[in-house]
Amino acid sequence: MIESFKLRNVEFNNRILVASGTFGYGDEVPDLVDISQLGGIMTKSLSMKPRDGNPNPRITETASGMLNSIGLANIGVHKFISDKLPTLKKHDTKVIANIAASSVEEYCSVLELLDAQEGVHGFEINVSCPNVKEGGLSFGTDVTLVTRITKELRQRTNKPLIIKLTPNVTHISEFARACEAEGADAVSVINTVIGMAVNIHKRTPKIATTTGGLSGPAVKPIALAKVYETVNAVKIPVIGIGGIVTWEDAVEFFIVGASMVQIGTANFINPSTGITIAHGVKEFCEKNGMDNVGSLVKTLQTNRTISIVDSWL
Amino acid sequence: MKQELVQIHSFECLTAEILELTFISEYLSTHAQPGQFVNIRVDNNFPLLRRPFSIFNIDENKVSIVFNVIGTGTKVLARKRKGDTIDVVGPCGNDFLSLADDSFDTAVFVGGGIGIAPFPFLTKRYPAGKEIITYVGGRQKELIVEKGLKNAKIATDDGSMGFHGTVLELIKNDFSTNAPKNPRFFLCGPNRMMKVVAEFAKEIGATCYASLECDMACGIGLCQGCNIEMVTGDKKYRLVCKEGTIFETQSVKFS
Repeated sequence: MIESFKLRNVEFNNRILVASGTFGYGDEVPDLVDISQLGGIMTKSLSMKPRDGNPNPRITETASGMLNSIGLANIGVHKFISDKLPTLKKHDTKVIANIAASSVEEYCSVLELLDAQEGVHGFEINVSCPNVKEGGLSFGTDVTLVTRITKELRQRTNKPLIIKLTPNVTHISEFARACEAEGADAVSVINTVIGMAVNIHKRTPKIATTTGGLSGPAVKPIALAKVYETVNAVKIPVIGIGGIVTWEDAVEFFIVGASMVQIGTANFINPSTGITIAHGVKEFCEKNGMDNVGSLVKTLQTNRTISIVDSWL
Repeated sequence: MKQELVQIHSFECLTAEILELTFISEYLSTHAQPGQFVNIRVDNNFPLLRRPFSIFNIDENKVSIVFNVIGTGTKVLARKRKGDTIDVVGPCGNDFLSLADDSFDTAVFVGGGIGIAPFPFLTKRYPAGKEIITYVGGRQKELIVEKGLKNAKIATDDGSMGFHGTVLELIKNDFSTNAPKNPRFFLCGPNRMMKVVAEFAKEIGATCYASLECDMACGIGLCQGCNIEMVTGDKKYRLVCKEGTIFETQSVKFS
């Protein structure tokens, strides 16, 4: 049974990754999870300088999901390299550094620092960050900026470069095409969906920043539709994320066309979800006579003429 | 810290509104310390996230928590029966005993409503030679738990039990007539109560620790959702789940 997957020059043990911001820097869970059974870890978003993050309350549970607005709190790239990477390197898994920044220049500088580290196997770029120079609008909703970021970063690394796309746009496929054209190795689909919840007694938002990112099972159908749209627009691998809790959820993403998947919110409930899913997917493939998990990918049987996604394209 | 499926041993009604749930865990009963909490998946699908509960008591291999049935999590938990299993992660957070140095004579525990939760276990494990006084405050008698507490003094907002007034008023009365020798405060309860009791402790020059409550997703530092703003130290925020739940009250900003 072949579970591994190669992205550019990096071979992942399996196709199950843990999503950025849901697994810290891998050092919070050694008692609970055997990290080497995961395909890879997407680190918490790293910026050049440490970030305090947003005020409390930062999270609230919603129907089958949660809203968060952590504000990219992180220890900064230097401290990551000195304090976290040495421990992370010891595990037999791939470490993908997730990068967040407030300018194109910052993305480039953080990536250059990390590219020099042998324990960092690749990059995932969080473009859902406010562009400070352009009035704080998210980079990820402007295709020109996503194009520029991908182009600049591609010139600076030979390691896998993954762009994590936001679903909060009209045509996610347009962004995926831009990433592909500029040499990205893959796109992660989707980041959180903008959402809101209100305390009716106080008449206040339930999280400090009023709106936040919705994740968890509630967003899975959205994520599947976005993955479907994306895999029909680009040839580079698509990494599916959004509400995956069970191995059956992961299999849905593979069938729709994701080459790998990431586990996010489910890690908060069971940090070993990724491992359970890796085993479940393997068993499912074996039972169905497949010798490679890849045989599942993009095998959706559908009458595409009635898909509303096609009319978006 | 471990994640395990544990079996419910019993339920007990401590008041008309407050339940004690006891489950069996060899691991937690030998590893947990007073002030630590467990993060419980009350059911498989709903609610989605775990719910944190202070450890109320440990007796041989039995661990108990207390709750009043208010939210979705506690409603589901209250429908469980003896013999059912629940999924528990713990012990989480720091504990009272390893935080406090020995330079005091009287431990003053102050619990607001269900906030008494960590004190019976703390009382049980408290080093000999310290005087303990416990203040319990609540809106009405249905929210007052005395089980496992030592020298409990009660205050209710409606006067249905003990002193008629707030727990702070009761503490102030007692301290003005018969102040305990060299006290140290340990608080758990609503923020507004802890804030005013912490101010009083500061006024009389006593050190004060509080176990804080916050919405959490993971309880182990992964999600970074449960931040508390600090007024001292080099970090603007700390995580209640991992760097707390217990903080020295002058170091934090009560919301």
